Amino acid sequence: MNSMFLATYLALKEVIRNRGRFLLVALVIALITLLVLFIAALGEGLANGNRQYVANLDAQLIVFLEKSDYIISSSRLETNTSRSVRRVEGVADAGAIYTSSTEIVSLAEPLKVSMLGVEAGRPGMPVIVEGREFRTGEARETVIDRNVALRSDIQIGDVIEIRSTQGTDDKFFELKVVGLVEGQSYFFQPTIFVPPATWEKIRPQSESELSSDTPFPNIVAVKLQDPAQAEEMTARLIERVPNIEVTDIATTINNIPGYSAQQGTVQTQGVFTLLIGILVIGGFFQIQILQKVPQIGVLKAIGSSNGVVGLSAVIQIIFVTALGVGIGGGLTYLFSLGFPPTIPLVFNGARSLIAVALLLSIGPVGGMVSIIYAVRIEPLKALRLG
Amino acid sequence: MSDIALEVRDLLKTFSLDGTTINAVDHVSFQVKFGEFVALVGPSGSGKTTMLSILAALLTPTSGQVLIDGQDMAQMNEKQRVKLRREKIGFTFQSNNLIPYLSARENVEFMLRLNGKLDHGSRIRSDELLARLGLAERLHNLPAQMSGGQQQRVAIARALIHNPTVVLADEPTASLDTERALQVVQTFANLIHENGRAGIIVTHDLRMCQFVDRVLQMQDGKLVRVYDTKEEIMEFALGTIKH
Ligand SMILES: Nc1ncnc2c1ncn2[C@@H]1O[C@H](COP(=O)(O)OP(=O)(O)OP(=O)(O)O)[C@@H](O)[C@H]1O
Ligand SMILES: [Mg+2]
Repeated sequence: MNSMFLATYLALKEVIRNRGRFLLVALVIALITLLVLFIAALGEGLANGNRQYVANLDAQLIVFLEKSDYIISSSRLETNTSRSVRRVEGVADAGAIYTSSTEIVSLAEPLKVSMLGVEAGRPGMPVIVEGREFRTGEARETVIDRNVALRSDIQIGDVIEIRSTQGTDDKFFELKVVGLVEGQSYFFQPTIFVPPATWEKIRPQSESELSSDTPFPNIVAVKLQDPAQAEEMTARLIERVPNIEVTDIATTINNIPGYSAQQGTVQTQGVFTLLIGILVIGGFFQIQILQKVPQIGVLKAIGSSNGVVGLSAVIQIIFVTALGVGIGGGLTYLFSLGFPPTIPLVFNGARSLIAVALLLSIGPVGGMVSIIYAVRIEPLKALRLG
Repeated sequence: MSDIALEVRDLLKTFSLDGTTINAVDHVSFQVKFGEFVALVGPSGSGKTTMLSILAALLTPTSGQVLIDGQDMAQMNEKQRVKLRREKIGFTFQSNNLIPYLSARENVEFMLRLNGKLDHGSRIRSDELLARLGLAERLHNLPAQMSGGQQQRVAIARALIHNPTVVLADEPTASLDTERALQVVQTFANLIHENGRAGIIVTHDLRMCQFVDRVLQMQDGKLVRVYDTKEEIMEFALGTIKH
């Protein structure tokens, strides 16, 4: 116990008496923290923008067309697939999802959106936070992302106009906003939801597609009676329903085009920044310990144990790192207030927490060599260097 | 309890360098009583620092024994040696003596902290000791804000504050002018005598020997001569320099 007190005493006295130097290191750590937290937030934001809708689905399995490699855009299922899936025992419910991109033009500035066709009341239809779901059939009604509504000042009951290119013509369609949903971004775009029949009428399509009025869903979201049975159900679905492949939500997200590559890039940036941090901190403490050889020799010669000397080095490093991460966290918060909402930064993700934990470890990891060095200094140095 | 604070029996320390073996300390024996102040002198390379390092439990001898308070150092493990250094030994080094980020007072009090003996009473004693050494005005100075002599005096206070059995000083006056040096050694001697400690001082400056009770002269690792009467010592200290 006395060791702990002595070590803390020495560590903090040294920091206080050399505050300029230690503050400088803390500031370096703060800048690294700022950088890492922004990268983490950007990663989280980009990931959200890409996968949010799929991640929030009330489903465990996703049905794709056979050989589509679990890529949503390359999968086009038979129209009645969702009905066939619903008939398989163990399936609680299933809903077809139709994807496309379009543009809302009735705003001050046109807004690109993902337009998804979903079956009201079935998996694929997100939870309504305000208003109601659209009616089925060919209703010209839509449910939109609350973010879109807030940003463009759209109220429930308003009518929006979209533009889709069909064949060689630009066609305009009016949709009445009947409800709002939250956090449903897909493929980096905010989403609007419409009934499948409406979707087939108003989506952008090529000349050849115009002749048919039958909508083909990209995927079917499957909700199981027992989520724990996912593996057995995957096998059963493939056996009962022809020409499909089935996977879970995580795989579906990883196969969203660009998702994995982008996340990989962002994570590599974060990891390299952390590595730089470890090197900087390691270098600083190593140089410092080399300068301190005589005084550590004296400390040991007059009867301080290796434990006290080592512990004091650890406490100092942890203190300075924590101070730096604290300052960096504060700076990040201040900066984030000034960022425009169009930049996808998400600070409350698990990623930010992991980043903070990793940042707190860069001091101890970087300083490891210097701590071992300090413990190994021989007390004889006090006399011989004297 | 015996009046012998420190006993050295047939001490040998050899170093091997490139095949040749040097006896840095060559079969040396002596005793120091409580309240006795002893000087260790000799030409450069005669083994003084090596001797002091062994007495301080910082270096293990090749053979022979060192007993402090009747305890044989050779029988101790590293942990016990650390405890011995902290409780029974006081040190001053030639330079880099003090912990640079602690004030004069904190440096002295640190010795008490180490021993778990820092309390109101010992704080007052520590301030009194510093005052006695002429540092009453320097309590809050950091080492870098003090002269070499002031630093040495803080180190002397630190070496004495925890009432160790043995106080070891390696060239404490090397960085001081003669006037200052004599003054510091005299105060040192007085404190050793008053507190009944065993003091050993290594010095190049023979004039410092006028305050000690005995002079041990070393050469090539051997103890070649001992001066132990007042007359001999004064003649050695103030007479023509001889080795
Ligand atoms: N670690 C070591 N390895 C090899 N030889 C050593 C070592 N330490 C000391 N010696 C040798 O032991 C002898 C005694 O050295 P020591 O430092 O004790 O002398 P000293 O009397 O303190 O000299 P000075 O007055 O110059 O300080 C010298 O010949 C020295 O070279
Ligand atoms: Mg020496």
